[in-house]
This record gives sequence, C-alpha cells and structure tokens, in this order.
Amino acid sequence: MRSRIEARFADLKREGRAGFVPYIMAGDPDAGTALAILKGLPGVGADLIELGFPFSDPMAEGPPIQRAAQRALKAGMTLSGVLELARRFREGDRATPLILMGYMNLILHRGIAAFARDVAEAGVDGVIVVDCPPEEAGELADALDGADVSLIRLATPTSDDARLQVVARRTSGFVYYVSVAGVTGVKEADATAVAPMVERVRRASDLPVAVGFGIKTPERAAAIARVADAVVVGSALVDEVADAAEMNEDVTGRVLLKAESLAKAVRSARIGQTTV
Amino acid sequence: MNAPTSRPAGRPNDYTAYPDAEGRFGDYGGRFVPETLMPLVHELDAAYRAAKADPAFQAELAGYLKHYVGRPSPLYFAERLSAHLGRARVYFKREELNHTGAHKINNCMGQILLAMRMGKTRIIAETGAGQHGVATATVCARFGLPCVIYMGEVDVERQKPNVFRMNLLGAEVRPVASGSATLKDAMNEALRDWVTNVHDTYYLIGSAAGPHPYPEMVRDFQCVIGREARAQILEAEGRLPDALVACVGGGSNAIGLFHPFLNDEGVRLFGVEAAGEGLDARHAAAINGGRPGVLHGNKTYLLQDAEGQITEAHSISAGLDYPGIGPEHSWLHDVGRATYLTATDAETLEAFQLCAELEGIIPALESAHALARLPEICREVGPDGIVVLNLSGRGDKDVATVAQALGRRI
Ligand SMILES: Cc1ncc(COP(=O)(O)O)c(C=O)c1O
Repeated sequence: MRSRIEARFADLKREGRAGFVPYIMAGDPDAGTALAILKGLPGVGADLIELGFPFSDPMAEGPPIQRAAQRALKAGMTLSGVLELARRFREGDRATPLILMGYMNLILHRGIAAFARDVAEAGVDGVIVVDCPPEEAGELADALDGADVSLIRLATPTSDDARLQVVARRTSGFVYYVSVAGVTGVKEADATAVAPMVERVRRASDLPVAVGFGIKTPERAAAIARVADAVVVGSALVDEVADAAEMNEDVTGRVLLKAESLAKAVRSARIGQTTV
Repeated sequence: MNAPTSRPAGRPNDYTAYPDAEGRFGDYGGRFVPETLMPLVHELDAAYRAAKADPAFQAELAGYLKHYVGRPSPLYFAERLSAHLGRARVYFKREELNHTGAHKINNCMGQILLAMRMGKTRIIAETGAGQHGVATATVCARFGLPCVIYMGEVDVERQKPNVFRMNLLGAEVRPVASGSATLKDAMNEALRDWVTNVHDTYYLIGSAAGPHPYPEMVRDFQCVIGREARAQILEAEGRLPDALVACVGGGSNAIGLFHPFLNDEGVRLFGVEAAGEGLDARHAAAINGGRPGVLHGNKTYLLQDAEGQITEAHSISAGLDYPGIGPEHSWLHDVGRATYLTATDAETLEAFQLCAELEGIIPALESAHALARLPEICREVGPDGIVVLNLSGRGDKDVATVAQALGRRI
C-alpha cells in the first residue's frame, strides 16, 4: 500500500513544485488552539505537517522552539494529548501526511512498541526523533516498520558520503536535510550551500529530500524550494504563536496567515523554471 | 572455559570489559545525540582510542598529573573520625589536595591534551558547583585555549567565588536561564553550542555522563584515583579494603575510585546520591528516586515525572544537583555490583561539620554526602574493616552556603 507520504510527494512531483511543511508545537499555546491551527494548515497550503511533541530538555532546539515546548508543557500537553490532537486532525483530513517530531525519552517512557502502535492508530505517518541516530534506532525502526509508520532520518552539514549511506539505510518517507549546523531558529540557511548537499543526499537515497532549520522568510523558503523537494519552516511560525499570544491577538489567524505567505512563496518558487 | 557459577544472573565475568563498541554498559549508555553531532562523536571516539594506546600521550598526561596537578594524592588514615565512628579504619583519598581543589582536574588534563591532539582550538564546558568549570578554565589557561563555561543562573548565584575564579583564569562564564537554571540546563546549552560550532570546538564534559565515549573516557581519566588508592591501601594495610565510598553526581569521582576494584568482588562499593530534602520531597537521587530514560546523549536512570518529562533536581550541593547519573553506575546498580545510598542536605551538613572538627579538613558539600553514610558503612564492614572514602573536593567554595544553612552570618 502506498503511504500518504509517498502519495503526497508523487503529487508534488507531478505538479513540478516543492512541498511546504509547516512545523508547529503540539499544545502551544494550548491544545484547542493547536488543533485549530493544525486543521487550518492544509487550507492555507501545507503539503505535509510536522507536529512537535514537547520535551523538557530539547537539546537541538533554539530559543523559539524551547519556549514553545515550555508553553505547551505549562498548558498541560502530554504525549497522549499529542496523539489525541493527531487523531482529531486525521478525522477531518485523510490526505495530508502528519509527522511527529520530538525526543527519545518520551518514546521510551511510553514503551517503543506501544508508541509505534499508538502513533499508527492516531493516523500519524512518520516520526522524527531528534536524539536518536541510526546507531540507537534499531528497535524503534523495527517497531515503526511493523506499524507502517516511517522513521524519518536526518542528514546534516556534517554528514560525509559514508555517513549519508548510514543515514539512508532504513529511512523511509523522505530524508530531512538539516540545513545548518546548529540548533533550530538561530542561523539562516543559505540556498547556495544547501543545493550541493541536497544533491549528495539524493545520490545516497532515492527518497525525496526536505530541507529545514533556519528558514524563516518567504524569500528564503522560495530559494530553498528551487533546490529541494520540500521546505520545512518551524521557528518562524512558533514565534508567531508567541507574539500573537503575548499581544492577545488571534493566534490561529496569525499563524495561518504567516503559513499562507510561506506556502505561496514555496508553491510559486519554480514558476518559470524549466528544470529542477 | 568454565563459567563461574557463583555469580548472580546478569553479572559479567569481567566488569572492566565495558562499555561495548556501541558504548553500552548493559542496557545503559549509547549515543543519543542529534545527527549533526554523530560524526563528531565518532571522531572523538577514534581520537580517544588512538591516544589511549599511545605511550607518548599517556606519558605526557602522567607528567602533568605529577607536576601540575600534584599527584599522587595521599591516602590518609582519618584516625579521629574512625575512632568517633567505632572500630573500622577509614581512609580518605585526598582528591581535595589536587590543584584547583577537586578530582575534576584529572579529567580536564586528559581531555585538554586530547583536544589539542585533535587540533581543536576552542573549549566549552558545563559546570554545576563551578569545580569542573574552574578545572577547565585552569587547563585552558595553562595551554592558551579560549574557553566558554555554561553555568545555570542559580548556580552562578550560589557559587560566586568559583565564577570569579573562572573569570580570573580567563574563561567566559555564560549564565543559563532556561529550565531550572542549574547543571542540566548548562549541559543542554553546552550541547547546543557544540552542535553550532562543530568545526573548531571541543566539548569538555565534566562527569562520566553524556554520549559515548565520554562516560568511558572520563572514567579512564579518573581511574588514576582508584589505581593509586589500590596501591596505597595495599602498602598501608597489606590488604584490599572492605568497602569504598564516594558521592555520586554524574558519577566521575565514584567510578574513578571504583573501577580499578570492580573485579575484586570482596570490595564492596557504595555510591551516595543526594537526597536533598528527602526522597519524598525535592532531591537529586537518580537511582533511588528515578527511572531509566534518555537525556544528554545516554540512557541511564533519570528523575522524571509521570509523563517522562525530566524533573528538576535539588541538592544543597550544586555539584550533585543533576537529575541523571553516569550510565556505568546505572548498570553497576542493576547487576548488583555497587550499592547506591542517599544522604539528605541535613545529614550532609552534619557530616561536613564533623569532618572539619575531627580531621581539620573542610570537605566539599559533595564529598560530605559520602561522609554522611560512613556510620552505616563502618557498621557493615565490622570492627576490623577498612573503608576508603573519596574526599573528592575541598569545601572552601561552600562556606557561604553552609553558613546560610546554619543560620550564621559571615
Ligand atoms: C568536589 C566534587 N565532588 C563531586 C562532584 C560530583 O561529580 P561526580 O559525581 O562526577 O564526581 C563534584 C561536581 O561538581 C564536585 O565538585
């Protein structure tokens, strides 16, 4: 059976454009608002969605996503709550792939087998575990395989060709290229540096390549969309949540507006371009 | 070959054969770091293995340990404290006499030589009590490398003298406000720095924790404590001790003392965790009050809530104020080779004063946790028993904290 992720990337390929992948933190600023944002994202141009599950000690996150996790935890979000959000989203949307992203401790805490079963049951299509490199992923990869959920691996600026082979092995869905050496939301990605790395990842794997970390503006998103199969934007959206909440504005509306502008930039990036 | 039949199930034949090639001590340890760091962790592993096998590296390290750190540290018979406690003989391994006043410099010296061998030009570290920060700043000054120390805001406040010492040594101390603003957050921030500055930066971890190969490497550098103590007690008493005792934060001073005795099953090993205000209140006892999980690159016992979020540790001693413990200790606990006890803040304060009054040694609050469990351990080993306690650091840095806890003004 073809997965939702495969189907979506096949569609994108047919349309000759890159996908837009917004990242939001589950439960930020609260469960209800996060669900409203989640439900609204496909309508403003999200092709896939990454949903962060909050952890107290997110070691690869910069201040924006650290703070988002803190807000979500303060509002009472739990992994079970995240799965509930996913389930509610899936009830109304059968097509948009949903990827969970977070840290290993919560998965171990739930139990690897139970986690795999529960995410599949909630309609989640893929999982990214930031602090679980291939060397530590054997059991999780087996469990997710058994549940038909993709374990999405990360390639980075520090990956040489030998390392890319390790990363590509047992990866499914797509490969996530982390475009800067650093934490989320601090350094800015440079499309001219990203392009050759995406090519190298493509040589190591037949899977589509999504690029994220350090993409904040529509201009930057468009530049990356010309060289990658999908563009992930996280911190910029999460900052929107923070700003809107602080100023007592409509959080959902502002995040969706921002997402829409990013989606437009990604969707129109290759117009007029003949080859990718 | 005949497998020994007397060992309980799960006990290995050779405790010193760990970690395995994947950095595992049984189920614990490993390399749970972001992919960006994996090539660096592998590079470090290869570089450490080469250095470990290189006699020139070992000779250089031994030279600095002797002439700069002041090793060997004495093994001292604590006569009056022993008499006070009963009839067992208690020896102190005097790590507080090392340059900078704690065991931390043993590891720093080893790692800085490795960092230079690897061509790294910038050093970062985390610190809780400031002892590891001071030791790192010290070796960076000695070898002329720039140094950034991450320290929780709470710890910056309670360990002011050490902050100033680090500054005098030329280090930049960056206060960390995120999370609980203590050691675990300093470690998060150091990891974030490392992932951002992958090309020139060496992360000098201060305890036997973190991703492989750190727990093994830090242990190896701290094993000088146990190797010396073994030879010294054989010379002093003509036999091995009945028990070893050390405080456990991340676990580096404890594993450094324990490791050369791991295969001497007649030597009992006692680690003492910080019970803070009590195990049913705020504490820092990962084994006694936590469950296995993953944090800071390794699988180990951790303080966590019902949802798997890491909880804040509490101890009067900043150096033990950490929700985890090195993975080798988690394994030694599970297989039953070592026993992990606890001491509360109040018990620690009493032991701190007793040691000062009876022995003329002001111990670090960390080390005073080990002192606090001596009565029970002495009773266990009996009248002719021999106990070696790791006096991991001196307490000058703690006098303000102790005065405040005792309600005295200085
Ligand atoms: C004197 C002293 N002892 C013990 C510790 C705890 O660390 P570890 O458990 O790694 O020895 C510290 C940490 O700062 C310390 O300063």
